[in-house]
Order: sequence, then C-alpha cells, then structure tokens
Amino acid sequence: MDFLGLFRNRNKGSKSAAKERLQLVLVHDRAGVSPEFLEMLKGEIMQVISKYIEIEQEEFDIQLTRTKSDDGERTVPALVANIPFNKMKPNTIRAKEDETE
Amino acid sequence: MGEVIVITSGKGGVGKTTTTANIGAGLAMESKSVVLIDADIGLRNLDVVMGLENRIVYDIVDVVEGRCRIKQALIKDKRYPGLFIIPASQTRDKNSVSPEQMANLTAELRKEFDYVLIDCPAGIEQGFKNAIAGADKAFVVTTPEVSAVRDADRIIGLLEANGLKDPKLIINRIRPQMVKKGDMMNIDDILDILAISLLGVVPDDENIIISTNKGDPAVADDHSKAGQAYRNIVARTMGHKVPIMEMDEPGFIDRLKRLFGVKVG
Ligand SMILES: Nc1ncnc2c1ncn2[C@@H]1O[C@H](COP(=O)(O)OP(=O)(O)OP(=O)(O)O)[C@@H](O)[C@H]1O
Ligand SMILES: [Mg+2]
Repeated sequence: MDFLGLFRNRNKGSKSAAKERLQLVLVHDRAGVSPEFLEMLKGEIMQVISKYIEIEQEEFDIQLTRTKSDDGERTVPALVANIPFNKMKPNTIRAKEDETE
Repeated sequence: MGEVIVITSGKGGVGKTTTTANIGAGLAMESKSVVLIDADIGLRNLDVVMGLENRIVYDIVDVVEGRCRIKQALIKDKRYPGLFIIPASQTRDKNSVSPEQMANLTAELRKEFDYVLIDCPAGIEQGFKNAIAGADKAFVVTTPEVSAVRDADRIIGLLEANGLKDPKLIINRIRPQMVKKGDMMNIDDILDILAISLLGVVPDDENIIISTNKGDPAVADDHSKAGQAYRNIVARTMGHKVPIMEMDEPGFIDRLKRLFGVKVG
C-alpha cells in the first residue's frame, strides 16, 4: 500500500490544472473556433445521439486537438468527442429488430 | 551541403539562445563545422552567451547590405575548431533584413558548413519570418508552463504553414522534483498536447547561469546535467538514437519498490 501516493493523488497537484487549461485554450487557438461555435456543435451532436442512446450529458466532451495524419507525414487538426453513455434506448433496439424482421 | 536549422519558440526567454549556443558548441565538439546566426536583430545576445562579445566587427546587417563579405562577419570561436558566429546588429531593427536576404545568406553558408543554426527572436512578426526563411528544419523550445506551451503550439502551426514540416521539440527547464509532486507538466503531458516528436529534455540547472556568466556553453561541462542533456540533443541532431535521460535519482521509496520488484511509475 502506497500511502504517500495516496496523499499525492488526493491533492492532485497543479499540473492537471495546467494541462486542462492548456487543452481548453488551444481549442480556440487552433482552428480559430469560438467557444460558442463548439457549444453549438456539441448541442446538435448531443441531440442526434440522444435519439438512440441515453448519454451522460454532464460528461459529454468535445475538443479540437492535433493528430498525425494517416500517412504519418503531417499533423492535422482532429475533432475528438468523448461520449459516455448509460444504455441504448429501447426504441432503438426495437427499430433494429423491426428491420431484421 | 549542410543543414539549416532554426531554433524558435514563440514565447520569449524560454531558452532559444542558450539552446543555440549549446547545440552549436556541442556539434563543434563532435568535429562538425558550424555557424550560428543571431537573428535577434536589435537585441543581440548570442555573442555574450558564447563569450565572443569583444570580437565583433561586422554584423548580419553589414553582410546583407553588402558593407562586408560573409567571411569578414564570421567570428571564429577559438575554443572549438569549426565553430563560428554571425552576430546580430544591436543598433538596427528586424526590418533591416528581409526573408529573401536571409534565404540567400543561409544558402551561401550551407555550402561551407555542416550546420547553420539560427537563433530566432521571440514573437511571430518580421524577425520570426526572417529567421525561418532559409531553414529546412526547426527546433521548437518550450518550458513546462501553460503560456510557453501555448505559444509553442502557435509556432508549430506557423512553421507547418510555412513548409517547415515535422518540427522537433526541446523541453527546457524541467524540474524533476516538481514533476514528481504533480506540480509541473511532465514530458508526456506536453507531447500529448503538442503532438510533435521530442528532440530532448533539458533540466533546470544552475550550471546554465554559471556557464552563461562565464560565456562558456554548459555542453562542455561534464558535471552539468543540462550539459549532458545538450550532448544528447547534439547526438540526436546528428541522427544518433539516444534514449531520453532519467532526470532524477530514484527516491528511497522507488528504490525499495525496485528491490521488491514492484513496477515504478
Ligand atoms: N535549463 C536552464 N536552466 C536554468 N536557466 C536557464 C536554462 N535555460 C535557460 N536559462 C536561463 O533563462 C534565461 C533566458 O534564456 P535565453 O536567453 O536562452 O532565452 P531566449 O529564448 O533566447 O530569450 P529571448 O526570447 O529574450 O531571446 C537566461 O537567463 C538563461 O540563463
Ligand atoms: Mg534569445
């Protein structure tokens, strides 16, 4: 049992604040995308997905980031969404069953 | 044909000049021929960091305006055969040089030298545009702080937009104790965010201040950790594979864990 580690984790250290703030500010820097635009995008994506899946609205997270392009030659911007969900909505499954009938 | 590498950062004061001086001296220690260009016109610094401030006659503006030949503006560093610098002008400003002139100058120099290193000024204005004009590679220096990493991100975007693909990152002034406590972003945090490849990590080290006081780059100091980090960066610049060095003596708990075969994070 690592008691020291336990304490360390509890008061997380300021670096996680640094990293989170950086990631947030870079979203806007990178694509010149405004926070309002991202909020709008998030809202619409959430609407579509909520039709089929019970999502954790609080946890829904969408970010702009950088990633290597497929050829590995360049870095390109990427939209990353993190959408934790509880379960598929029953009517979705029914729709599937209807199709296969 | 030599390589032309610009050392840049966006944010000021993160260690571009220190890095340029140390990589330059380190390459010369490896018997390469190297010229360092101080592109920070109006805020000449590289000469004092290198301890060559008393030898300046001509500067970069004299060269591009044709008042002297390139050869006359090259100051030879007597400690390292093969190492030269071209100082910035202290009395002119960034607009005294154009990107075309820089491209021409570096094109001439790369015929004679294995490496042409350009010490870029802070910012994204004219001085930055001049400094990157003739470069075919870029090293981006940052410190593990929010503002420095943010500016590095901006610079990486600008470099790529200007055709300087695949810039390499140097993380400067890491403090292992703070990283360990979770009070400073670590290497992975920064690479996560910037998504470029890492050239090296330089610890925050008093020896840098001491060596800068003397005008003697730390890379030549066997006892300096930063010096070791710079020697590794030099090796990687030359294409050798060198692992990123452990910053830190393992603490008591870590040693105990190792003793008992527990994986140390
Ligand atoms: N690894 C280090 N450890 C301790 N001090 C450092 C380290 N790297 C740089 N410094 C110190 O930080 C200060 C700024 O460094 P330097 O002049 O190289 O930065 P710069 O990016 O060239 O600045 P500018 O943007 O003004 O040109 C100097 O006093 C230098 O000695
Ligand atoms: Mg400088």
